[in-house]
Amino acid sequence: MASVAGESVTTSPPEPAQVTMRGRVRGNPWRRPWGMEGFTWLYIIWSIVPIAIAVLFSFNKGASQATWQGFSTKWYVGKGVTSVLHNPSLHHAVIQTIVLAGLTTLICVPIGVGFAIGIDRWRSRTSNGLNFLMIFSFVIPELLLAVALFLLVTQGLTFIRLGTPAEVAGLVVWNLSWPAIIVRARLVSIGHHYEEAAADLGASRLGAIRRVLIPMLLPAIFASAVLVFASTVDDFVIVEQVSSTSNTQPMSVLIYSNVHGGLSGPALNALATIMLVVSLIAALIGFVGYRWLSRGERTKGDVEALTAVAGI
Amino acid sequence: MSAIETTRHRRNRGLWIGLALPGAIWLLVLFVAPFYVMLSVAGGGVNEFFQTVVPVWNPLHWSSWNLSAVWHDIFGPGAFIGAPALRTLVYTAIATAISLGIAYPVAYFVSRYAGPRKTLFLVLLIAPFWVSYMMRMLAWIDLLQQGGFVNSTLSFFGLPGNTDWLGGKSVTVILGLVYGYIPYVILVLYAFLDRIDQSMLEAARDLGLSKWRTFWHVTIPLSKPALIAGTFITALPMLGDYYTNQLLSGAPGTTMIGNAIEGQLDSPGEVGQGAVLSLMLLVVLLIPMIYYVVSTARASMENA
Repeated sequence: MASVAGESVTTSPPEPAQVTMRGRVRGNPWRRPWGMEGFTWLYIIWSIVPIAIAVLFSFNKGASQATWQGFSTKWYVGKGVTSVLHNPSLHHAVIQTIVLAGLTTLICVPIGVGFAIGIDRWRSRTSNGLNFLMIFSFVIPELLLAVALFLLVTQGLTFIRLGTPAEVAGLVVWNLSWPAIIVRARLVSIGHHYEEAAADLGASRLGAIRRVLIPMLLPAIFASAVLVFASTVDDFVIVEQVSSTSNTQPMSVLIYSNVHGGLSGPALNALATIMLVVSLIAALIGFVGYRWLSRGERTKGDVEALTAVAGI
Repeated sequence: MSAIETTRHRRNRGLWIGLALPGAIWLLVLFVAPFYVMLSVAGGGVNEFFQTVVPVWNPLHWSSWNLSAVWHDIFGPGAFIGAPALRTLVYTAIATAISLGIAYPVAYFVSRYAGPRKTLFLVLLIAPFWVSYMMRMLAWIDLLQQGGFVNSTLSFFGLPGNTDWLGGKSVTVILGLVYGYIPYVILVLYAFLDRIDQSMLEAARDLGLSKWRTFWHVTIPLSKPALIAGTFITALPMLGDYYTNQLLSGAPGTTMIGNAIEGQLDSPGEVGQGAVLSLMLLVVLLIPMIYYVVSTARASMENA
């Protein structure tokens, strides 16, 4: 669009303006901004190369994270070294991460979707207050929520045990805003007409939600599920505060507590690489799923699916 | 709304409340109640014998003992929390400024000039968002260690290549903060900048404004909401960060307020003071948070 409009400007410049205005049009104002493009590429290199190097060193033959000594998968599956497969705590951390991410997604997404629909259609002082509370839970620094949750489960509601139950409870509340915000935005753009049409045609209240609203919300629900899953895999602060024994420490906490001393070396890179692969698979499923679920709709294609699974 | 729709809406109210209820209960029990417990711990006391926390649930009986202890730690002689608090502000301010400085041109370029390659650029910008924070920090620990790539590159160019980057350098911590949070800033800025109406910029140019004056008088005012959102998205989590500096330095000279809170929670008898300190941070952040929440809620109302 810009280039089409730009050509009309450059071919017929506004002559009087050039004379009277101080800022003169010099050269082609729509030329490619090489400086900004170069800067963008530099940023991309800076943001991706360190991670690529860290992944590379998870396949190092030696125990160094700085000198390449040949290719090997021993830090993943090797016997006789601290490998992810054979070291119990590393092995357990992978399972714990997957369990936490799965449980959190299963609980968080349904209640978040219900919350979004309820809040959006209820429209009252209470629902506005609840909405405010939900957005508040989105912006609060995670440390403050984590400390409060720790105090809650150790001093108040002690029946929520430290470890997996407290971790899931905290992760659900911390991630509730993903489905709530994303689904609500979609609800706003859908409007009331479809449900009303369904009701006019004889659908019951629940029937209209189940057979009209939910199918239309499905891409948004799916995108938020992927985001909840990935952000739980990535989560560190809440799980660190409310985990108990090493058995309930997911990958992020294990990496944090072992970077200085303990199980250092390429095994940690291997663990981090596994985390990366889990997240990337979730992202890929999210992207493909979103495109499939929103097929037949007028969307912006790849760009829309990409931004949807990044939560923007 | 017509009369029929109003009655239908009213008839459905029970359903809407029922749908919102599980989430509402979850928020009340695990978001609101925890902060009440925090207040009760902050206003409570300590069991002298076991050094355990004794929360006081009745607000009328809250004591200011923990509060005065923390006040003393911040402002009194021998204060040890003042320096981390100040450092938190300085680190956050510098890291946020650098993040915005890098993120703005990148997001601006991709939203405006990427053209048919937008998908490619978006994939590359979103990729770090999917890499866990720990992995991103681990990557820099690998690079910055003694004998790591950074030092060997420096010595290759004849510069001193034996710097102990991970031994308590503020520069390293700020770099870590920027590297950790910048993917979120870029995505937020992109989301806002992408919605700017291009015809506004074209109009400014057509009316004779120079490239820079268009940018200054049109683009910058239009991207104010983006810059505000980007600032909040980075500054709020950074103010509660305690792990970036632990990972990249671990030295007492780079501790932040989050480390002080962590330290008090881990020491017996000082949990109440940790609660006070957390609440103080919350109170300080309350005004910017409410501002952000209200403006977000207003924006979503306008879209409705």
